[in-house]
Amino acid sequence: MNKLITIETRDLTKRFGNFTAVDAISFKVYEGEIFGFLGANGAGKTTAMRMLCGLLTPTSGQALVAGYDIYRQPNQLKAHIGYMSQKFSLYPNLTARENMTFYAGIYGMKRKEIGDKVHSLIKSLGVEKYSDMQVHNLPLGWKQKISFMTAIIHNPKIVFLDEPTGGVDPITRRQFWDMIYEAADRGITVFVTTHYMDEAEYCDRVSMMVDGAIAALDTPEALKTRYSVASMNDVFIQLARKANRSAV
Amino acid sequence: MNNAISIKNIKKTYPKTGILALEDFSLEIADGELFGLIGPDGAGKTTLFRILTTLILPDFGTAKVAGFDIIKQLWDIRKIVGYMPGKFSLYQDLTVEENLRFFATVFNTSVEANYDLIEDIYVQLQPFKNRRAGKLSGGMKQKLALCCALIHQPRVLFLDEPTTGVDPVSRKEFWDMLDQLKRKGISILVSTPYMDEAARCDRIALLQKGQVLDVDTYEGILLKNQKPMLALRSAHMFKLLTDLRRFPATERCYSFGSVHHLVLKAGYPYRENELMDYLQNLGHEDIVCQKIKAEIEDVFIDLMSGVA
Repeated sequence: MNKLITIETRDLTKRFGNFTAVDAISFKVYEGEIFGFLGANGAGKTTAMRMLCGLLTPTSGQALVAGYDIYRQPNQLKAHIGYMSQKFSLYPNLTARENMTFYAGIYGMKRKEIGDKVHSLIKSLGVEKYSDMQVHNLPLGWKQKISFMTAIIHNPKIVFLDEPTGGVDPITRRQFWDMIYEAADRGITVFVTTHYMDEAEYCDRVSMMVDGAIAALDTPEALKTRYSVASMNDVFIQLARKANRSAV
Repeated sequence: MNNAISIKNIKKTYPKTGILALEDFSLEIADGELFGLIGPDGAGKTTLFRILTTLILPDFGTAKVAGFDIIKQLWDIRKIVGYMPGKFSLYQDLTVEENLRFFATVFNTSVEANYDLIEDIYVQLQPFKNRRAGKLSGGMKQKLALCCALIHQPRVLFLDEPTTGVDPVSRKEFWDMLDQLKRKGISILVSTPYMDEAARCDRIALLQKGQVLDVDTYEGILLKNQKPMLALRSAHMFKLLTDLRRFPATERCYSFGSVHHLVLKAGYPYRENELMDYLQNLGHEDIVCQKIKAEIEDVFIDLMSGVA
């Protein structure tokens, strides 16, 4: 198969003192893939994700993200990825339009290009009536949709989503996944963490971190077959129960 | 016997934003009940907790907690309720043990006098008792916050989204702890955006935009809100979703994990062949289709679509 690799890690490790947060993880993610990055609280997901985004230097091991080395080219890397966290993505006192324009500027897009892009995104989201309100006044579901669009405004190769759907209603949660599918369809690689196990089923492949290591990595179907269970929730519970280290 | 909580026609608007948080809201929760408020962000869950714990006043309506009026008898209420807010609110600079002692002292009691109630939970924190609360993991913070809310033996416990952002295993453990507390006679009002957790409650209220969509047992809600529904899958799930939504008889279609749930328009005579022909003509392969019963999220989507 000739699928392009967008993320490749080899024995990627991060230690804090004598605590190994991420323990020699090796995996590949392909272009346009929706990759679910699962694990219990404290399993090492956030630490791994921060290394892949060029925000944290690994202790050892290697990783290429969007073709850039995470040790030597963290800044080039940052220009080619998008990142959305549940906690902080938008400036609350700016409007949706201002947030998008601001981030597009940070990513070095040209003024003319930014105007057109922001206009078309707002139109495609159907958020015209919200686009000039300060985002802190918007319902959470809209904030999350706008955050996602902002995270991919510069057409990154990969977008990292850290629990993007926590707390939103069931319809908005699904609309959010429609947006993820569309982005992946356009060739953007989606790297996503979630605590909703039905969402794990929407991923092309998922990995499951236990005690800093990758305990399993496969398609949801294959994992369910391997552990002889009906749902990803049961896969999660089986694997997470094997954890030795408690979430401290 | 008094109900643990009695809410009558509560209305609350936030003047600054003009947001209507609760609209003519009424609810009765029995003594000893484990009652769940199930709804997304913006449903009014936190506003309701803040009114019942006497932190803010409603614009209109009355409520009682353990028989005490939330306005006239607020000091009685404050002595007998435990409240775990959605946002971590313990002292980050105090250790685990210091936080617990602080809350016991505030309520004029001691950790030792009430240790029985929290023992099962606190033993898991014991190894870290000298660690500052701010340095604990999410799961451990949550356990400590629960201990602090329990240390004065409250009659009614309010838990605002205790499991948000918590992984499925820890969430299950947390609900096991709530079962234990219920057996000790504490009435519990708990909110969650995870709809599957509704199954762990004695009764639930489904909330959306400040209104009660339905109140019943989990099974009761499922039973009375059934509609004919199909679960479908094929080799190309995203295309399948788009195509199913364009099917003339489709009322709505959403993804549910490994399948899509399809609700057909009322009165449409369902002929499986027709749907299969439609999908095969669009090039779908490996189609699997079966009749299913609505799950809690199906019901919620159905009910919230009626509210608009």
